[in-house]
Amino acid sequence: MADEHGRKWDRCLADTAVKTVTGISVGIVLSVLFFKRRTWPVSLGSGMGLGMGYSNCQHDFRSPYLLHGNMVKDQ
Amino acid sequence: AQYSLSPCYVSLALYKCLYGRAHPTNLQHHRHYTSGESSGAAKVVAVGLVTLGSSIGGTVLYAKWDPKFRTAVEKNIPYSDWLLGMALGPNPYSPVTAHKKQVKESRSSKIKKEKNIKEEPSVSTASETTSAPVYSAQSIEGEYTGWPIGIAWIFIVFYILTFLFSVSASLEESLASSAKTTLQAIGAQEAALQAIGSHTHKLKEAMEAEVPPDQKSAQWRDLETALAERRSTVNDAGAALLKARDALDSLRSVIDKAKESKVAAVQPLVLAAEENLHSMVVDLDQAVTKVQSAESEAKIVSQYTELVNEAKRQFQKELSSLTPEIQANWKGLTGKLSADDLNALIAHAHRRIDQLNRELAEQRVREQVHIEAALEQQKLEDQKALDKAVHTATQHSKEEARLEQERKLSELREVMEAEMRTQLRRQAAAHTDHLRDILKVQEQELRSEAEQVLNSKMLEQETHYRQLTQEQLDNFTLDMNAAYARLKGMEEAIDSHVIAEEEARKAHQLWLSVEALSYTLKTAGSDLPTKPLESAVQAIQDSCCNNEFALALASALPEESLRRGVYSEASLRSRFNSLRSMVRRVALIDESHNSLYQYFLSYLQAALLFEEKQAMPPTQLTNEDLDPFKLLSYASYCLEHEDLELAAKFVNQLRGEARRVVQDWLTEARLTLETRQVVTLLSAYANAVGLGTTQAP
Repeated sequence: MADEHGRKWDRCLADTAVKTVTGISVGIVLSVLFFKRRTWPVSLGSGMGLGMGYSNCQHDFRSPYLLHGNMVKDQ
Repeated sequence: AQYSLSPCYVSLALYKCLYGRAHPTNLQHHRHYTSGESSGAAKVVAVGLVTLGSSIGGTVLYAKWDPKFRTAVEKNIPYSDWLLGMALGPNPYSPVTAHKKQVKESRSSKIKKEKNIKEEPSVSTASETTSAPVYSAQSIEGEYTGWPIGIAWIFIVFYILTFLFSVSASLEESLASSAKTTLQAIGAQEAALQAIGSHTHKLKEAMEAEVPPDQKSAQWRDLETALAERRSTVNDAGAALLKARDALDSLRSVIDKAKESKVAAVQPLVLAAEENLHSMVVDLDQAVTKVQSAESEAKIVSQYTELVNEAKRQFQKELSSLTPEIQANWKGLTGKLSADDLNALIAHAHRRIDQLNRELAEQRVREQVHIEAALEQQKLEDQKALDKAVHTATQHSKEEARLEQERKLSELREVMEAEMRTQLRRQAAAHTDHLRDILKVQEQELRSEAEQVLNSKMLEQETHYRQLTQEQLDNFTLDMNAAYARLKGMEEAIDSHVIAEEEARKAHQLWLSVEALSYTLKTAGSDLPTKPLESAVQAIQDSCCNNEFALALASALPEESLRRGVYSEASLRSRFNSLRSMVRRVALIDESHNSLYQYFLSYLQAALLFEEKQAMPPTQLTNEDLDPFKLLSYASYCLEHEDLELAAKFVNQLRGEARRVVQDWLTEARLTLETRQVVTLLSAYANAVGLGTTQAP
C-alpha cells in the first residue's frame, strides 16, 4: 500500500508534466499560429495543463475516499 | 609251524651217500674218502662259529630287554637259564600259571622221551616235529608267548645247523687229513715195498748171476743205490706210517668227541667217519703187513748175502793170509800166479774143502737139531704172527660188528623216532579235539551267562531310562507352562508398551513436525517471506491425523501463510521504519481532507514536526495518544521491544491515508501474529502431549 502512494505520485507528476508540456506546446502552437507569438497562449496552455494535471492528481489521491452511489431508478 | 630241517637232511643224505660209497674194498680204485677241501671246511667252521656267537649274543641281549622272551627261552632251552642268569642276573618275571607249567612239563617229558641229552641242539631234531602240536597248544595260551618261542626255535635250528656244520666240518677235515696221510703212508709203504722188492731182486741177481766183471761193479753200484733207495723209502714209509697213525688217532679222538655229543643227527656222519677210519686202518695194516713180509723176505735174502759175503771175506782173508801180495780180484789173475802160489792155493782150497766137508757132515748131523730149533722158532714166530694177525682180524671184525651195530641202532632209532612222532601227533590231535570240545561247552555256558547278565542289565537300564524320561517330561511340562505364562505376560506388556510407544512416537512426530513448522518460521530472509508453510502443515496434519485439537489448530493457520509464508518480525520492523516516514508525510490526509493542498500541508507538517523516535506507550490510551506521530513512536517502541502485537494494535489506530498506507504492513503483521500464535499453541500442545506420553522414571 505504501507503494501505491509512491506510484500515485509518480503518475501524478508524470501526468502533470505531460499536460503542462502539452499545454505549453499547444499554447506555443496557438501563439505561433494564431496569436502572433504572444506568450499568453503558452501560459494559458501551461496553466491549463498544470491545472488539469493537478486536478487529475487530486482526483487520483482522493479516489479511495470517493463514494460511488448508484442511482436506483424507480421504475 | 613246523620248522623243517630239510637242508640239514639233504646235507646229511649227501654225506651218507659219499661216505657210504667209499667202502674199504674199493679203496684201491678210487681213493677218495672225502670230497671236501680243508680250506672250505675251515671257512664253513668259521662262518658257523660266527653265526653261533652272534645268535647267542642276540638272544642274550633280547632276553635282557624283554623279560617275557627271557622266560620263554628259559622255559624251552634247558641250560639257557643258567647262561642268561650268568649274563644278565636273575629273571624278574617268574614263570606263570599251572596250565603253562603243565604244558611245560608235558613238553619236557616229551623232550626227555625223545632224547637223553642235555645240549641245546638236541631239543630241535627231537621236538621239532612235536613243536607243531605243542606250538598249537601254546598258541591257546597266547600269541605273545608263542612268538619268542618261535625265535627260540629259530635260534635252536641255527645252533643245530652250526653244530652239525662244525662237527661235520671237523670230521671232514680230520678225515681228509687222515686220508691224505694214510694214502701217503700206503703210497710210501708200497714204494718201500717196491724198493725192497727191487733191492732184493737186485741182490739176488748180484749174488747168483755170473756177469762180466765190468758190469759187476755197475751191478754193485745199482745195488747200493737200490739199497739207499730202499732205506730212504723204508724210512719215509715209517715216518708216513707214524703220521698216518697219528692222524688216525686224532680222527678217532674227533669221532669219539662227536660220539660223546650223542646228537642223533650227527650219528650217521660219525658212523660214516668210523667206517672210513676202519677201512683206512685196515688198508694201512695190510700195507704194513705187506711191507713187513717183503722186509722179512729181504731180510732172508740179505742174511743170505751176508753169509755169502762173510764166506767170501773169510776166503779172501784166508787167501790174503796165504798169498799176501795178491789182491782181491783173483779171478783176473790167471797169468800172474806162480806154481807155488797155485799149489798153496790148491792146498788151501783142499783144506778148505775138507774143512767144509767136515762142517757139512757136522751140519748134517746137527741138521735135525737145527731144523727142529728153527722149526720151533718158526713155530713161535708163526704163532706170534698168527696171534697178531688174529688179533688185528678180530679187532677189525669187532670194529665192523660195532659199526654194523651202530648203523642198525641208528636205523632203529630213526624208525622209533618216526613212530614216536606219529604217536605224538595223534595224541596232540586228540588233545586239540578235546580242547575244542571243552572250549565249545565253555563258550556256551559263558554265552548264556552273559546273555542273562545282559538282559538283567538291559531291564534295569530300561526302567531307569523310562523313569528319567518321565521326569524329564514332567519337568519339561512345568517349564513349558511357566514359560507360556511368562510369554503371555510378556506379550501383554509388550503390547501395552507398543501402544505407549505408538503414542510416544506420534507425540514425537507431532512435536517434530511442530518443530519443523516453527523452524520454517525462522527461515524468513531479511525481506523475504518464509517458505510456504504448507508442507510443514501437511506434515503436521499427517502426523496427527487422529488428534482433533492439532488438526483444528493446523487448519486455523491463515491461507496466506500457507501459500506464501509469513514475514519475520525483523523484516516487518525494517519495513515499518521505512513506512514511518510515509505515514508521517500523509498524517493529515483522511476522507474529508484529501486535496493536494492538504498533501502539501501534511508534507510540511512532517518536515517540521519532530517526535520521539520511540516512546513508551502508556497502559491506557487517551485521545491524545491517537495522534499518528505518537502512535508511530509507540509502535516503534513496541517493535524495538519485540512486541509486534502491541505495535500492530497501535498501528491499527491510524486513520485515513496513513492507515491506507500501512494497510499492507498491518495485514502482514496480522498474518505473522496469527501464524505465530497458532504455532505457539501447537508446540505447547505437542510439548504437553509429549510430556504426557513420556514415562517418568
